[in-house]
Amino acid sequence: MYDFELVKPASLAEAVKAMGDDGAQALAGGQTLVPTMKQRLASPERLVSLTGIAELQGVSAAEGRVTIGAATCHADVAAKAAAHYPGLAALAGQIGDPAVRNRGTIGGSLANNDPSACYPAAALGSGATIVTNTRDIAADDYFQGMFATALEEGEIITAVRFPVPQAAGYVKFAQPASRFALVGVFVARFADGVRVAVTGASNNGVFRWAEAEAALSGDFSADAVTGLTVPADDMIADLHGSAEYRAHLVGVMTARAVRAAG
Amino acid sequence: MPKDGGIGASTKRREDMRFLTGKGRYTDDINIRGQVHAHFLRSDVAHGRINGIDLSAAEAMPGVLRILTAADFAAVGGIPCGWQVTDRHGQVMQEPKHPVLADGKVRHVGDPIAMIIAETYEQARDAAEAVLVDITELTPVLDMKAALAEGAVKVHDDLTSNLCYDWGFVEENKAAVDAAFAKAAHVTTLELVNNRLVANPMEPRVAVGDFESHSDQYTLYTTSQNPHVIRLLMGAFVLGIPEHKLRVVAPDVGGGFGSKIYHYAEEAAVTFAARLVGRPVKWTSSRSEAFISDAHGRDHVTKIELALDDENNFTALRTDTYANMGAYLSTFAPSIPTWLHGTLMAGNYKTPLIYVNVKAVFTNTVPVDAYRGAGRPEATFQLERLVDKAARELGVDPVDLRRQNFITPDMFPYQTPVAVVYDTGNYQATMDKLLEISDHAGFEARRAESATRGKLRGFGIAHYIEACGIAPSNLVGQLGARAGLYESATVRVNATGSISVYTGSHSHGQGHETSFAQVVAEMIGIDANQIDIVHGDTSNTPMGMGTYGSRSLAVGGSAIVKATNKIINKAKKIAAHLLEASEADIELKDGKFAVAGTDKSVDWAGVTLAAYVPHNYPLESLEPGLEETAFYDPSNFTYPSGAYGCEVEVDPDTGKVQVLSFAAADDFGNIVNPMIVEGQVQGGLAQGIGQALLENCAYDGNGQLLSGSFMDYAMPRADDLPMFTVDHSCITPCTHNPLGVKGCGEAGAIGSPPAVVNAVIDALQRAGHAHVTHIDMPVTPARVWAAMNG
Ligand SMILES: Cc1cc2nc3c(=O)[nH]c(=O)nc-3n(C[C@H](O)[C@H](O)[C@H](O)COP(=O)(O)OP(=O)(O)OC[C@H]3O[C@@H](n4cnc5c(N)ncnc54)[C@H](O)[C@@H]3O)c2cc1C
Repeated sequence: MYDFELVKPASLAEAVKAMGDDGAQALAGGQTLVPTMKQRLASPERLVSLTGIAELQGVSAAEGRVTIGAATCHADVAAKAAAHYPGLAALAGQIGDPAVRNRGTIGGSLANNDPSACYPAAALGSGATIVTNTRDIAADDYFQGMFATALEEGEIITAVRFPVPQAAGYVKFAQPASRFALVGVFVARFADGVRVAVTGASNNGVFRWAEAEAALSGDFSADAVTGLTVPADDMIADLHGSAEYRAHLVGVMTARAVRAAG
Repeated sequence: MPKDGGIGASTKRREDMRFLTGKGRYTDDINIRGQVHAHFLRSDVAHGRINGIDLSAAEAMPGVLRILTAADFAAVGGIPCGWQVTDRHGQVMQEPKHPVLADGKVRHVGDPIAMIIAETYEQARDAAEAVLVDITELTPVLDMKAALAEGAVKVHDDLTSNLCYDWGFVEENKAAVDAAFAKAAHVTTLELVNNRLVANPMEPRVAVGDFESHSDQYTLYTTSQNPHVIRLLMGAFVLGIPEHKLRVVAPDVGGGFGSKIYHYAEEAAVTFAARLVGRPVKWTSSRSEAFISDAHGRDHVTKIELALDDENNFTALRTDTYANMGAYLSTFAPSIPTWLHGTLMAGNYKTPLIYVNVKAVFTNTVPVDAYRGAGRPEATFQLERLVDKAARELGVDPVDLRRQNFITPDMFPYQTPVAVVYDTGNYQATMDKLLEISDHAGFEARRAESATRGKLRGFGIAHYIEACGIAPSNLVGQLGARAGLYESATVRVNATGSISVYTGSHSHGQGHETSFAQVVAEMIGIDANQIDIVHGDTSNTPMGMGTYGSRSLAVGGSAIVKATNKIINKAKKIAAHLLEASEADIELKDGKFAVAGTDKSVDWAGVTLAAYVPHNYPLESLEPGLEETAFYDPSNFTYPSGAYGCEVEVDPDTGKVQVLSFAAADDFGNIVNPMIVEGQVQGGLAQGIGQALLENCAYDGNGQLLSGSFMDYAMPRADDLPMFTVDHSCITPCTHNPLGVKGCGEAGAIGSPPAVVNAVIDALQRAGHAHVTHIDMPVTPARVWAAMNG
């Protein structure tokens, strides 16, 4: 690891200011950033820690929406969102292991946008709004491919606002080593239709599966997606599975996510 | 009921208190005053020519004391290989140079190029980034068969080819084997891969070198399974330091599984550098570094064939194996695919004719050497997959086919056609026990229940034999070993009766401090808490060969028994003097020496005190003191065996395999501590199931490691494994060591992979996927799905 300076702002305003300096980078749970720094693949001069900022913490529910502070760790979401948005809480409870869940944050996960991460599926599948220090970004506009997002340099995610669906389910097929999603599918049924978001599978990162959404909007049952397939062309192929295998799993996990949503 | 602390008792491991409360003293816990840190700049290409190394910028970096490259090691030797195999034509193997630091060429990703020594670890790493290495990349040699093709790029320019050796065993049998195949009623053929593995002990490797100029004394603290072996190899062959000036200490070591047997370049480098810079030099491997610098395991590609007559008797076996050596020969690498593999190809069966061919090949990958089981898992996997396949082809029960061909109890000692002589065993008994403890009879009902949930259930069996208790020195000497494989012990009885036992074995998780004390406690009849087991330091233990090959109790324990017997014999003489009786009449029982048939006795401490305060003592005929050393060289290997059964469920939608239950019925001979044995078996099973389903050390076409971290290299975790049913009540004691023990450390990792794969194939075949006759390990969901849909 290279030398760096650590600042611990007490408020969002201080954090925004600290992020203005050259070489500054936000630090949330550090579950991705710190290992990257240890491998000397990242060399921020200044880390701006977000986890001590009260306004970035916590889970609240109002008017059919659940809002989660960006620096809220996965374990807190699993525990505190359960009453308001059980499908989301269940997803948070499946991320990594207890140590990761008590450190890693929703903001860090969405900012990083790992193509195999779980939260992007929930955000896109719910049609969430990514709230930053400067603006609101709809999930449909936010995810821009592997590790790419709509965030500007120095922009800080402050919260994520989820509309609560009538039913939702997330099923992930774990990559055997990392246990990130080899394929993970989040389905959410709203009054005006169903959203299906797929993570882990595509070279373009998390994506919505339009055919499944159409089929499920007509009939929200596992049978409705039986036989539907996604093309394997843009799927990830690696040590853990071919593109065809991932494409196949998208169908299987979608049906299972529908069953999990109940 | 065995007495707690004596032989047969499940005495709790005394070392665990220290390990579980963070009081272990590992090599990385050793920090010597004035210590500096080393970092190795490693090759990031698989194969390349070094045109030049520019150190000027790096040498000027803060904190840098010295940067060493191959040129600095010109006057010292290379890393030696401890075994020389002679091939089928009588030629000795090709043995490449193995410089401490890459000299002229880099030969695998991870090959060390420069050693940067700085005040802090981070300074050393900073400076490493400023070292400019000019490398011309060369085509990497990766595929073993392609490596042997005419005109293939060579890993070592000064060798004639990439072939290390072409070994035939038993060469004289080849014609007879071929003839038996020609007239076989049925031949079963299987091509398979034994996947390359990374050992991944919990503690990565660490080495600290120290040099005292006033006494010319070197000390190396290292994460080793055998400190004396390291002292010999590094002292005599690399650095030219006589033994009395070199102390090697392997303190608490956090697991080895074979990967810490070998003498590694980093050990020599820190020891050498400590003198050069005049400061102690420490190197601690990162986990990423371990993946590309610890010796890997397995990596065989095999074609195996079984000939049967029209009554399903095995008539001949023939194998053709390519064994990956990696870029250099690690310490015992040549012996693994040959003498630890070919000699086991008879398995538990009376197959009369066997021929094994092994071509060992150099590639641009990390060197491959022993990993838990070493050669024997490769043999067992081939054979037990093959027998299963034969049973399916013939439409007979795999259990029955095995039973029909087992060596029967009346045939022991049994001379196999592949050189070894099995002393004892009872394979029908372990098979019976397995079927009982795995509730084989209830399988069909369980399968039907799985089917109601849409899951495919299968049962797989494997029966293994291994040769361990390594090894008779004269025999292995004939086979090419450049070392003896005896073991040593010194039993030092103190004046008040407490005992320190110095063993040449080394414990890195095996629980020797507990089980070895149980042996001595039982023999003398005193409390085990009066006995300490000391190991790991060449300055106080007799020359020993260390721990691997399930040898510690069978060989190291036997040395302790021998030394303890010497102690008891001398103590009886002292007791006879004290009791004014004849030595022949003295009996030792429960820590008391008594004159037979009388009530006259003297207790243990009375004798030991007399030995050190010899006022009333036969000084004219007996030396004072009570300390004895013994060396034990076994007359044969030991042959543990057992039957393993695995039940799996396959999810047909995803191909995911869940191991539902695993049962092991082992014959380890006599058991000193059943709890420790069970723990050893469980750990071995976890590793074997890991190999079968999860672990895959894979390279891409450029020789880059694809699974270079735990994000891609899947280690087994608790929730990947079922609760194990472990039984070791089938006992045929070893006939040639004093405890009648066989060794249990590797069995779990040897017998389990074929049982798991057989279970998966069974599940698929029962579900109608008749075309799926084999899936290579690791049997990942993606591979199962591809096989089902292929
Ligand atoms: C062993 C392990 C297993 C894991 N398993 C899973 C899994 O199964 N599923 C899964 O989805 N994830 C998994 N993760 C990832 C983990 O859950 C975290 O989500 C992830 O590491 C990022 O969150 P963090 O809070 O740690 O972010 P950090 O590592 O602190 O930061 C990551 C990136 O986001 C930026 N950043 C952080 N917060 C903000 C913010 N508020 N605004 C703008 N930028 C920000 C940082 O600058 C950095 O670039 C795993 C991680 C580990 C180590």
